[in-house]
Amino acid sequence: MNVSLEWLGVLLDTKLDAGHVSHELAMLGSPVESVTRANEGLDDVIVALVERVEQHPNADRLSVCQVNNGSEVLEVVCGAPNVAAGVRYPFAPIGSVLPGGVKLKRSKIRGVQSNGMLCSAKELELGGDADGIMPLDTDAALGTKLVTALGMDDVCLDVEVTPNRPDLLCHRGVARELGAVIGRPVKLQHIPGGPGETKTLQRHDQSGTVGGLEVRIEDTDGCYRFLAAVIRGVRIGPSPDWLQRRLQSVGQRCINNVVDVTNYIMREMNHPMHAYDLDRLAGPTLIARAAAGGEKLNTLDGVERAMQSGMTMICDANGPTGIGGVMGGASSEVRVDTTNIVLEAAFFNPKRIRKTRVALQMSTDASYRFERGVDIQGMTDAFHRAVELLLTTAGGEEADNPVDIYPKPVRIPSVFLRPEQVQRVLGVEIGRDEIEKYLTALGFAVAPKDDRIAVQPPGWRPDVTRDVDLIEEIARVRGYDSFPTVLRPFRPSQVPHEPQEAVKGRARVMLTGFGLHEARSSSLGPQVGEDAQAVLNPLSMEEKFLRTDLIAGLVRAVQHNWSVKQRDIRLFEVGVVFAAQAAVRLPKETLRVAGIVTGSQHPHHWSIPNSADFDIWDVKSFLAGIAGECGPPGRIVTDEGRVTYYDQGGTVRGWAGPVTVDVPAWAAPVFGFELDLATSLRAPRSHTDLPDQPAIERDLALMLPDGISSSQVEAVIKKRGGGYLESCAVFDEYRGTDIVGRSVAWRLVFRARDKTLRDNDIDGAVDKVLRALTEQLGVQRR
Amino acid sequence: MSKPSARDELEAVAATLTEIPHADPNRLSEIRIDVLGRKAGRLSGLLRSLGTLAPDERRELGRQANDLKKQVEEALDRRQAQMDVAETTSAQDLTMPGRTRWRGTIHPVNRVVDEICDIFKELGFSRVTGPEAETEEYNFTKLNIPLDHPAVDMHDTFYLADGHLLRTHTSPMQARIMEHYEPPVRIVVPGVVYRRDAFDASHAPVFEQLEGLVVDEGVTFVDFKAGIDYFVKHFFTKDTTVRFRPSFFPFTEPSAEVDVQCQMCRGSGCSTCKGTGFLEIMGAGMVHPAVFENCGIDPERYTGYAFGMGPHRITMLRYGIPDIRLLYENDMRFLDQYVSAT
Repeated sequence: MNVSLEWLGVLLDTKLDAGHVSHELAMLGSPVESVTRANEGLDDVIVALVERVEQHPNADRLSVCQVNNGSEVLEVVCGAPNVAAGVRYPFAPIGSVLPGGVKLKRSKIRGVQSNGMLCSAKELELGGDADGIMPLDTDAALGTKLVTALGMDDVCLDVEVTPNRPDLLCHRGVARELGAVIGRPVKLQHIPGGPGETKTLQRHDQSGTVGGLEVRIEDTDGCYRFLAAVIRGVRIGPSPDWLQRRLQSVGQRCINNVVDVTNYIMREMNHPMHAYDLDRLAGPTLIARAAAGGEKLNTLDGVERAMQSGMTMICDANGPTGIGGVMGGASSEVRVDTTNIVLEAAFFNPKRIRKTRVALQMSTDASYRFERGVDIQGMTDAFHRAVELLLTTAGGEEADNPVDIYPKPVRIPSVFLRPEQVQRVLGVEIGRDEIEKYLTALGFAVAPKDDRIAVQPPGWRPDVTRDVDLIEEIARVRGYDSFPTVLRPFRPSQVPHEPQEAVKGRARVMLTGFGLHEARSSSLGPQVGEDAQAVLNPLSMEEKFLRTDLIAGLVRAVQHNWSVKQRDIRLFEVGVVFAAQAAVRLPKETLRVAGIVTGSQHPHHWSIPNSADFDIWDVKSFLAGIAGECGPPGRIVTDEGRVTYYDQGGTVRGWAGPVTVDVPAWAAPVFGFELDLATSLRAPRSHTDLPDQPAIERDLALMLPDGISSSQVEAVIKKRGGGYLESCAVFDEYRGTDIVGRSVAWRLVFRARDKTLRDNDIDGAVDKVLRALTEQLGVQRR
Repeated sequence: MSKPSARDELEAVAATLTEIPHADPNRLSEIRIDVLGRKAGRLSGLLRSLGTLAPDERRELGRQANDLKKQVEEALDRRQAQMDVAETTSAQDLTMPGRTRWRGTIHPVNRVVDEICDIFKELGFSRVTGPEAETEEYNFTKLNIPLDHPAVDMHDTFYLADGHLLRTHTSPMQARIMEHYEPPVRIVVPGVVYRRDAFDASHAPVFEQLEGLVVDEGVTFVDFKAGIDYFVKHFFTKDTTVRFRPSFFPFTEPSAEVDVQCQMCRGSGCSTCKGTGFLEIMGAGMVHPAVFENCGIDPERYTGYAFGMGPHRITMLRYGIPDIRLLYENDMRFLDQYVSAT
């Protein structure tokens, strides 16, 4: 919210410093996002006096002026017909930058050196008059900054207001907050030239009449209170300078003296109001009633909008003429020729406003405030001030006593506070007097009630409804800094660590050990698979679905790396994948790990001319290694040309293999793996005694016919190898045109626990293995 | 002077074993000749002299002498091999680069998450996680955020179905944990959260958040400040100033924004901290009694504090990363920088 420092200073009747205000507001909970000095672009322009004017020797329309800038007299060429000796003008010295961004250079104009420029209002973007330079009615010292001399050096603070504090959406609210800590009361400024008082309100329960206008609330759930005044004989025109300046200082566009008043009051006292042209209201009546579906209205912004039930309409005898609390209608808008106006100040149900705003997708200054809640009690003050301002700036007279339709006056309940509760939450003993001092400073009324304090929140604090709200107020005004920072003993948590976090950690340690970098991809992407869960309101079609696997994100990462000419890519990711379930259920979430590799197996080293690229055997071992420690118990099966990991129930839980993607000519093939993670780490394995007997090794070169796999051979070896067989492993493979099929070499290791084996202890077992291989698989020794 | 006894001679030869590993090439050939020399070698002489001894003693000493001979030979060979390698190496250009291995790194955001969790573990917090797809009830209502309250607007939400959404913060886990465990509760909850924000230099629709929650009897604002202060001083530096500012979150009261002294300028004001000297790192506060009530915990008996921070942002601050998108691209050149980063 834009706050003018000058306006704030007027309310607190003191000169304020932007830095100090920013700090205090931040420490109260409303940090200042930015500080903008008004008319910053005019910083270089100063007040100067033209002492003498002479005809330019070479040009009829130019003059040569002697300009006093406060420290010296400069010769300046001027083309304005209105330049006169003895008058002060805005002066831009050499080197200054004007609002358009033009930097002034020393130049010769028709042979005469000009040491600066006397400026017109248009050149300074202060008005439309380009006919001549801008005479200044100021007695500021020569050389004074123009903005200072004209009182246009205000500072605009962009204050961040949290949604619980509607009261801070106006200058008086911010001033109250600041006043509580700097110890100054808030006083509204006397309206210059104002009558000082206005007619008193006439209370009614349901409807009333003012100046021939009938006012009625029918939708008492949508509209709690409706004030209306009729002012006859206004003259529509521009607002006085001081008011325009105020509005401009907070970035509010000026429209005319009536609309400007409503905007001024909204920014000063937070109550949005609306002015109607009385003569354009049929009836004339103003009725707040619930919208019937299908009604249409042209709003002030020139858009035809369809009303829905649940909205509160402001209607005249012909139908809707405004959407209550959101925007007025075009038909009853105040125009240049308007002479009689109705001023409305109403209170609308915040929740209904919110629904209306969401349904119409239009947020206005008014809806923003009504949605958060305005002061239903203090609105009468704002209304009187608005009427007084209107009478002052637009003239005219109040036709009657204004009406105050208020069917069910709202009572704001007191909140009871036990001083010991303050200590219980804040950890510091704070005396009753101190508590009362802070609350009173913020506008709360306090009174003793038994051992408690009865606190009456003011109407502008709808957020304060329970004792903890008051405790926060106390802490805020006392200052969060005033509380100590002392670490005390604590009891251990009843909540155990999530066991899967340890699995995650183990997988990450293993994979970084394999040389892979950890990636983090977005879990939103294009659809992969039938059971992908869609997002109802995606940012784009490319991010419409939750991921069903991790490899797709890693493939995108590989493509990014290719786009920046990286050939060697090694990435893994641990993350959640989603599967849609029946509509009533949330999608199923599974924690996975996946890896992707392409390019050199090792960093290039000069001692090895050509390092091999990653291939299937790398990802197969990654899968086996990770699954062994971090996967659900299960096994790797190679079937149909794929490496698949099955859990003990036979469900596929992972895979490893080549990844299908268009590979640039200069890049290497891509391999990947993906695996569900176990829900917890396995129990630590128990120790195996180290062997104290030597082993005997036998190498067998076996001829495998086509169609026979090494796992089949291994199964036979293990089955027939006898009790001394400790391990068997492939150590070589040979394929060539000189042999049929392939030759695979196995190393069998035999060992006995309790004796040193001799060759003849195992010869029998080796023979059995060879025989079985031949019989069952047609595998012969080479 | 009598000839040294065979036993003494054995001991003297054994002593050379300690010398051999450090001997230089000249000394090494001296020892070889002195001990093993066929004619004048001490062990050769010793073995020759055994014939004069009694059979038992001869057998015993003979075995020892042969063992020793083997040991000396091995030690000499080992030393020789060592010196051969050194000679080859010194002939090489050692300014040539050494052989390296691929080294992987943990993603900087996850590294920061781990570090934060580890610090809170020192304060007795457990590390837990929760679902990323949530219900409106857990994401909003149980946390004292009525669906028709403007505070909902602070959360641009992705919806999956009526009442189902992608969590906009990790706070739903506050409710889930409070419903399942009796206090004392001390947890940190890292996890992915979702906001319907367009991707730009400082916003991403999918990002990491880290939640903390403490619930017990007698937990106060002072304990809250102390816990956060402990974290900041251990995560950043122990002289880092922490600032608590009032703020608003529906599920905490009093609520606070926590600022730390800007790590770039140490508080004097720079472009990173927009001249304020401070950087906002988390939202926090005392658990709102309404949240306790919604989760079946008696607010008259228990109090607590909660906090939430954005590891992406903290990662950017810690390493001076200018654009959040770098944390999503998984560029090898970017990740390579973190192999040895601390």
